[in-house]
Amino acid sequence: MTNNLLTVAYIGASALFILSLGGLSEQQTARKGNIYGIIGMLIAFVATALSLDANSYGLLASVVIPGAAIGAMVASRVAMTSMPELVAILHSFVGMAAVLVGIANYLQQSQSLTQVESTIHQIEIFVGVFIGAVTFTGSVVAFGKLRGIISSKPFLLPGRHLLNLSAIAASVWLGFLFLTRGNSTGLEALLLMCAIASLLGINLVMAIGGADMPVVISMLNSYSGWAAAAAGFMLSNDLLIITGALVGSSGAILSYIMCKAMNRSFLSVILGGFGGQTAPETAFASVRTGGEVAKITAEDTAELLRSAKSVIIVPGYGMAVAQAQYAVSELTKHLRVRGVQVRFGIHPVAGRMPGHMNVLLAEAKVPYDIVLEMDEINEDFPKTDVVLVIGANDTVNPSALENPNSPIAGMPVLEVWKASTVVVMKRSMASGYAGVENPLFYKDNTLMLFGDAKKNLDAIVAKFAQLSEESVDIPQPGKVVWST
Amino acid sequence: MKVAIPKEVYPGECRVAGTPETAKQLMKLGFNVLVESGAGENANFTNDAYIQAGCSIVADAPSLWAQADIVLKVRPPQLHPNFGKHEIEFLQEGSTLIGFIWPAQNQDLLEKLAACKVTVLAMDAIPRISRAQKMDALSSMANLAGYRAVIEAANHFGRFLNGQITAAGKVPPAKVLVIGAGVAGLAAIGTAKSLGAIVRAFDTRLVVREQVESLGAEFLKLDFAEDGSGEGGYAKVMSDEFIKAEMELFAAQAKEVDIIITTALIPGKRAPLLVTQEMVESMKQGSVIVDLAAEQGGNCACTHPDEVYRYKGVTIVGLTNLPSRMAQQASQLYGTNLYHLLAEMGGGNNYQINFEDEVIRGALVVHKGEITWPPPKVVPADTKTSKQEDKQKESSDSSSPAAREIPAAAVQTSSLSSSGQSSSSSDLWLLLMGLALLGIGISAPASFLSHLTVFVLACFVGWQVIWNVKPALHTPLMSVTNAISGIIIIGGMLQLSGGSSLSATILGAIAILVGTINISGGFLVTQRMLKMFQK
Repeated sequence: MTNNLLTVAYIGASALFILSLGGLSEQQTARKGNIYGIIGMLIAFVATALSLDANSYGLLASVVIPGAAIGAMVASRVAMTSMPELVAILHSFVGMAAVLVGIANYLQQSQSLTQVESTIHQIEIFVGVFIGAVTFTGSVVAFGKLRGIISSKPFLLPGRHLLNLSAIAASVWLGFLFLTRGNSTGLEALLLMCAIASLLGINLVMAIGGADMPVVISMLNSYSGWAAAAAGFMLSNDLLIITGALVGSSGAILSYIMCKAMNRSFLSVILGGFGGQTAPETAFASVRTGGEVAKITAEDTAELLRSAKSVIIVPGYGMAVAQAQYAVSELTKHLRVRGVQVRFGIHPVAGRMPGHMNVLLAEAKVPYDIVLEMDEINEDFPKTDVVLVIGANDTVNPSALENPNSPIAGMPVLEVWKASTVVVMKRSMASGYAGVENPLFYKDNTLMLFGDAKKNLDAIVAKFAQLSEESVDIPQPGKVVWST
Repeated sequence: MKVAIPKEVYPGECRVAGTPETAKQLMKLGFNVLVESGAGENANFTNDAYIQAGCSIVADAPSLWAQADIVLKVRPPQLHPNFGKHEIEFLQEGSTLIGFIWPAQNQDLLEKLAACKVTVLAMDAIPRISRAQKMDALSSMANLAGYRAVIEAANHFGRFLNGQITAAGKVPPAKVLVIGAGVAGLAAIGTAKSLGAIVRAFDTRLVVREQVESLGAEFLKLDFAEDGSGEGGYAKVMSDEFIKAEMELFAAQAKEVDIIITTALIPGKRAPLLVTQEMVESMKQGSVIVDLAAEQGGNCACTHPDEVYRYKGVTIVGLTNLPSRMAQQASQLYGTNLYHLLAEMGGGNNYQINFEDEVIRGALVVHKGEITWPPPKVVPADTKTSKQEDKQKESSDSSSPAAREIPAAAVQTSSLSSSGQSSSSSDLWLLLMGLALLGIGISAPASFLSHLTVFVLACFVGWQVIWNVKPALHTPLMSVTNAISGIIIIGGMLQLSGGSSLSATILGAIAILVGTINISGGFLVTQRMLKMFQK
C-alpha cells in the first residue's frame, strides 16, 4: 500500500471517528455512531496492516485474534452495574499500550532525524510514556476501588501533594538526563521515570474516594486520550493524534461536567487528590440538624404511590448497589398502567461514572424518554405528588442550597423536598459520601423507608399487584402497550 | 389519658375538633378518645364512624367533660345552651383544654379559666415558626377560608370565571383582585387562578411578591420604598403616605375588576379599611366583594358581618365563619393540627408540658390556674430567625423560593467573585499559551508543526462534538472513546514491521494485544448498552 493511500485511509478513519462521537449525541443515532466507530477502526487497522511487511502478519494475527476474543468475551459477560470497572480496566490497557509503544519506539529509533527533530522526538517519547504510565496505574487503582478490592475510602499519604510534586520534579530531571545522555543511560532514565510515574498514578487515584469516581473515570478517559495523542506525535501519525485529541477532549469535557455537578474546581481534579478537604468540616455540619425522622412502611408507600398523580423517582448509587433497577422498572410499569405520570430525575454525578444511572435504567427497560436530567426536571418538583429517592443522598441534600457553610454548598442538587411528599429509601441513617448530614430526612414532608432497596421495592410492587387485583376500575395490564 | 371531643355549641359552628381518622391517630399516640354523641354530625361524621375508629361515645356534654383529662375544642368555651351552664363549669380541676381561645380579646375568659385551676393551650397562640407549621391551625383554617372565599364569590358572580370562546359568543375571563397575600390570600389566588380568572394581588409585604407570582397572579406594586413585613407573618401598619398611594391604587382597580377578595388583618387591632364606599359604588354592576376580615370589622366600608347583601348592584359577602362551611375538611385539618400538638407534647404515654419547648410555651395561656399569657419574648436573635422562618412558613403553601433567597444570593455572589478570579487566571493561561506557541514556532521543525496543527484542530473538533452528547449517553460515550483510543495498536503495529530489535517487536506485540482487547471490548459493550436504550 502506498503512503498516499495510507494517508487517505487515515483521513477516512478520522472522519468516521468524529461522526461516531457526533452520532452519540442522540439515542436515535447512537447505534449508527457506534457502527461508524467500528468501521473507522477496521479501515485504520486494515490499511496499517497492508502497509506492513508480509512476514509480520503471523505475529500480528497471533496477538490480534486472542485480543479481540478476550475483549468480546468480557464485553458480553459484564454486568451493567459493573460498567465503571470495565471502563476503568480498559483505560488501563490504553495506558499500558502507550507505555509499551513508547519504549519500543525508543528501542528502535532511526538515525535519520536532525538534531532538533531528534530532541523533539525524545521529548515526545518521554511525555507519552509518562502519561501512559500514570493512566495505567491510575486506572488499575480505580478498577480496584470500584471492584472493592481496594477500600473506596480516600487513602491520604502525609505530604501527598509534596510527594506528587517531587515525583513530577524527579520526572523532569530524568527527562533532562534522558535528552542529554546517550542511548544506554537514556533507557535507564526512561524506565526509572516510568516507575515514578506509575507511583504517581497510584498516589493520585488512591487519594480519591468512591463518590468522586465519576470524575476520576472521566479524567482517566481523558488521560488515555492524551497518551494516544502523545504516541501519535512520536510516531508522526496524524490518525493517532486526531483520535487521541478527540478522546482527550471528550474526557476533559466529561470531567468538567462532573466537576460542575459537584461544584469542585476543574484544576484540583486534574491534579487529583481532592475530597480530603471535606473531612474536617463535617463535624461542624452535623451539629446543625437533628430531630426525628418519620418512617413509613413499604405497604404505606405503595398506598401513597397509588393515590399520587405524578411521581418522580430519583435513583442514586444505592440503587446500583442493591441491583434494584429491575424492581424500579417493574414499579414504573405498574404506576404507568394506573395512569400515574412517572419520571426519573438523574443527577449528573449519580452513580460511579457519568451516565451510570441511565445505563442501568435502560438495562431494566425503562423508556429513556421518561428519564430526565437534573436541569430538565428540577422545576417540576413543586408540582409533584410523591418523590421516591432510592439510594441517593448528597445529590438531594438541601443544605447545598440552604446552608452556605455546608461542605457541599453551591453544588447543584435535585430539589426533591419541594414535592408534596418525599419517600427516601435508605439502608440506615448514615450520612452520604461527603459526610454531610442531610436535613432532607428531617423535613416534615419526608418519610424514610429503611432497608434494602430491592427488597422494599419488591414489597411495594407486590402490594401493588395485590391492590390492582382488588380494584376493578383499572385497565388490565395485558392490554396496555408498554414499550414501542 | 382520656381525650374528649365535645360537640361545638357556638351557633352555626359545624366543625368538630376530631374526626374518626384523627381519633385513630390519637389512639396510636396512646390516648383514649371520648366523643360526645352527635359531635361530628354537622361535619358529616356519624357516631358509628367514631365507634368504628375505636372511640367511646358519651351521651351528653357534662358527663363527657367530667371524665376528660384533655378536652379538644374548636371555639372558646361559652354558655352551653342546653344546660344553661358555662362550659368552663364542666371542666374538672387539673384537666387541660385545647382550642381557639383568642387570649388577647378574651381577658375575662382567661381569668375564669385560671380560676378553675385548669391548663389551657390556645391553638391561635402557637408561634408561627417553621417547626410548628404542622400545628398551625390558623394557617390551615385560613387556607380553607381563602379557597371558600373564591367559591362564594363565584357563587354570587353571574358569569364564568374563565374566558371561553363558544358557539354562542366569546366570554372574557373574570378579573379578581386579592388584597393581602397571607395564607388565605394565597389560597384564594391559587383557587381563582385555577378556575381560570385573571388574578391580581396586593400586599404591603414585598417578600410575598415571588409567592404571588409563583401562583401565576400579577403582583400590584406601588412606587414606594416601604416594606410592611411585621411580626408573626402579619403586616404592620403603614405610613400615611403609603396608605394614600395604596388607596389610589385600589380605587383605580375597583373600576376594573369583577371580584375583590380582602384578607388584610392586623393582629389585635381592627382590620384596616381598604375598600371605601366610593370604591364599591365605582364597581361594575354584578361585581362581588368577599371580605374575609368581616369578623374584625371588615376591610370594606360596606361589609355587614355574617351577611350577604347587595349594595348598589355589588354583592358584598361578609360571612365570618367560612371554614365552618367546609366542616368536614376543616375538622380533618384542625384535628390533624391537634394531633401534631399532642404528639409534640409526648403523646399519651409521656404527656408533659415542657416550658422549654418554644411551641408549647407559646400556646400555653393558663397553667394549673396561673395565667401564662403572653409568653415571655424570646431573645432578639431568635426573633429574627423566627421571623425569617415565618416568611418561609408563609411561602410554604405556595412553595415559592422566597425563603431560599438569602443563601441563593450568597452562592451567587461567591460564584461571581470566583468567576472574576478565573477570568484573570484565564488571561494568564492565554498569555502562557501564546508564549509557548511562540517558543515552538522559533525552535520546532516543520514536521512537528504540521502535527501540532492537526492536534489543536482535533481538540477543537472534539470539544464541539462532545458538548452535544446527551448526559444519558455519557457511559456509552466513554466506552466508545475508550474503544477508539485503542487506535494506539497502530503504534504497536509499526513496531512489528521495523523488525530491527526483538525487544521492540515483543513490546509492540503486547501493546497490540491489550489494545485489541480494548477495541473489541469497548465497541461491543457499547453496542450492547445502546441496544437497551428504548423509547
